[in-house]
Amino acid sequence: MDLSAISPTLLLAALMVAATPIMLAAIGELVVERAGVLNLGVEGMMITGAICGFIVAVNTGSATLGFVGAAVGGAVLSLLFGVLTQYLLSNQVATGLALTLFGIGLASLLGQGYVGVRAPSVPKIDIPVLSDIPVLGPILFQHDPVVYLGLALVVAVWLFLRRARAGLVLRAVGENHEAAHALGYKVIRIRLMAIAFGGACAGLGGAYLSLVRVPQWTEGVTAGAGWIALAIVVFASWRPGRLLVGAYLFGGITVLQLNLQAARVQIPVEVLSMSPYIVTIVALVALSARKGRGSSAPGSLGQSFHASR
Amino acid sequence: MKRRTLLATGASAAVAAAMGMPVRAAGHGPVKVGFIYIGPVGDGGWTYQHDQGRLLVEETFGDAVETIYQENVPESADAERAITQMVLSGADLIFTTSFGYMDVTNTVAAKFPDVKFEHATGYRRDTPNVATYDARFYEGRAVIGHIAGRMTKTNKIGYIASFPIPEVIQGINSAFLHARKANPDVEMVVIWAYTWFDPAKEADAAKAMIDQGVDVIMQHTDSTAPQAAAAEAGNVFTFGQASDMAAFAPTPRIASIIDNWGPYYVKRVQAVIDGTWESGNTWGGMPEGEVVIGEITDAVPADVKAEAEAMIAAITAGEYHPFTGPINKQDGSVFLAEGEVATDLQLVQMDFYLEGMLGDIPS
Repeated sequence: MDLSAISPTLLLAALMVAATPIMLAAIGELVVERAGVLNLGVEGMMITGAICGFIVAVNTGSATLGFVGAAVGGAVLSLLFGVLTQYLLSNQVATGLALTLFGIGLASLLGQGYVGVRAPSVPKIDIPVLSDIPVLGPILFQHDPVVYLGLALVVAVWLFLRRARAGLVLRAVGENHEAAHALGYKVIRIRLMAIAFGGACAGLGGAYLSLVRVPQWTEGVTAGAGWIALAIVVFASWRPGRLLVGAYLFGGITVLQLNLQAARVQIPVEVLSMSPYIVTIVALVALSARKGRGSSAPGSLGQSFHASR
Repeated sequence: MKRRTLLATGASAAVAAAMGMPVRAAGHGPVKVGFIYIGPVGDGGWTYQHDQGRLLVEETFGDAVETIYQENVPESADAERAITQMVLSGADLIFTTSFGYMDVTNTVAAKFPDVKFEHATGYRRDTPNVATYDARFYEGRAVIGHIAGRMTKTNKIGYIASFPIPEVIQGINSAFLHARKANPDVEMVVIWAYTWFDPAKEADAAKAMIDQGVDVIMQHTDSTAPQAAAAEAGNVFTFGQASDMAAFAPTPRIASIIDNWGPYYVKRVQAVIDGTWESGNTWGGMPEGEVVIGEITDAVPADVKAEAEAMIAAITAGEYHPFTGPINKQDGSVFLAEGEVATDLQLVQMDFYLEGMLGDIPS
């Protein structure tokens, strides 16, 4: 055992990076679920975003355009889900699962010619003064822009849901779509916008993997990150603040596990791998056990809406 | 032939079987050869190399054979379904190309005695229609271990391992043994990824090592992600695994171990065509051309390159075995006495680290 080999500074910096893709995907899914839609296709949208972003970045030579392309790719795929579930009223769980399978297949088809190709690199922002602060500098201020974009999105979503009128409307649609409809809000339109936002965020998260973290295109590059994002939303009980904690917890476990191994600490890998999920289950039990408040899930989550009812 | 056609033919064969029609007519047209892959053919590593072997078979025999493959088959009950389906679609010879398919390959083989099965890297041959084959990757690991020992400046080299099975442990021991011979101060950091293919995890493992001062990384996982992580970090060297991974040359990739399955596949398909196919175990290495060291780039000093080439020549000529005593186990007990060479049985049962390694093999 050689714990001194682990540098806490570098570990926390790695944690910031590891948490970013799942944070991006999760914050998008949080908005979708707060609007009352359960989209289980996060994994499919992520991997589609990963390849769309990669293709655009390689062909234009610009990582920024790559991320834009990823967001568009993810949003377009999510709108497929939106049309199926919102207009054709298909079952959301089944359609979401199908979207994952479809997305994985579509991504490997699109990626045929891009295996082994190198993507343009994403420059790290070196914030003057701040990045030179010992310890805090490397942890917080020496990352690529997307890390900060992820954090900014979480704050923006928090403000939107809490402070903005539009956020209130979105929450109303998620809590009780019939009441929202009676008040004259366009339930379907609001939900479609939320779904597209969720798709764009998932796409960004996927592109973060293929353009920054891995960075290259290989089939199956997301390797289950979308499912973790779904678990984080539940873990966070649909609140942006807790989502941040969840993303760092889930991302941190991965990084910590590998670092502990490299330092020869004997903790069974399986225990660390399953620990985030155990924490999620415990959190769910703890939340539902609280008296008088019931479940914190949006009231209309996963239900189809049709104005005729 | 792609997966979809495979499914269609599989389905029609199943229907035909259900209706009592003869499915496998004797002396039928081209010999059908199936491949079961653990990853995507585009992984740039292990599966890519097996698929190159498949393509060589197609090129060699032309219309006399027909090949089919299925990618991304998990090492679980799914594999049994995939293999069975391949049999039903009329395959005469099936290569299952990952260690974890060992039990299911033997299960399916017992049900279809007329079909021949070849399982890569395993040791179970329960029925006479199962053969096993493997490559002596540890020969290549000895060479890159030597280079790693000479190239490290921090005296910390890393090894991204997949699963704690003998094949992987052989590689770790061989690389460590030769790194230590080249540089007595070298220390090896091992991370068990518990996956053959997970680019994000492999990249994270490489980064964790780099954060802890490792400056030469070897991998026993299939993606090129660790190479990309090393390229980003700079001043870190890597080796191509299974495939040449030449996209990352001249640095960080300074050499590679290439699995060259093609000649073996051609030989075995020929045996089926000739009717001379027999069960057995083939364990080829550098002498047979199954394990090839890719180009050693100019980032490696000339003297180190010359030493590596001398070792390649000695192994290829059969003059040097990477596991030649005196070698002790990690606990200090004797593994091989002075001048003693490890037997194949000792190698396929290897479940211990050698002397000087730190840490334990997870159980």
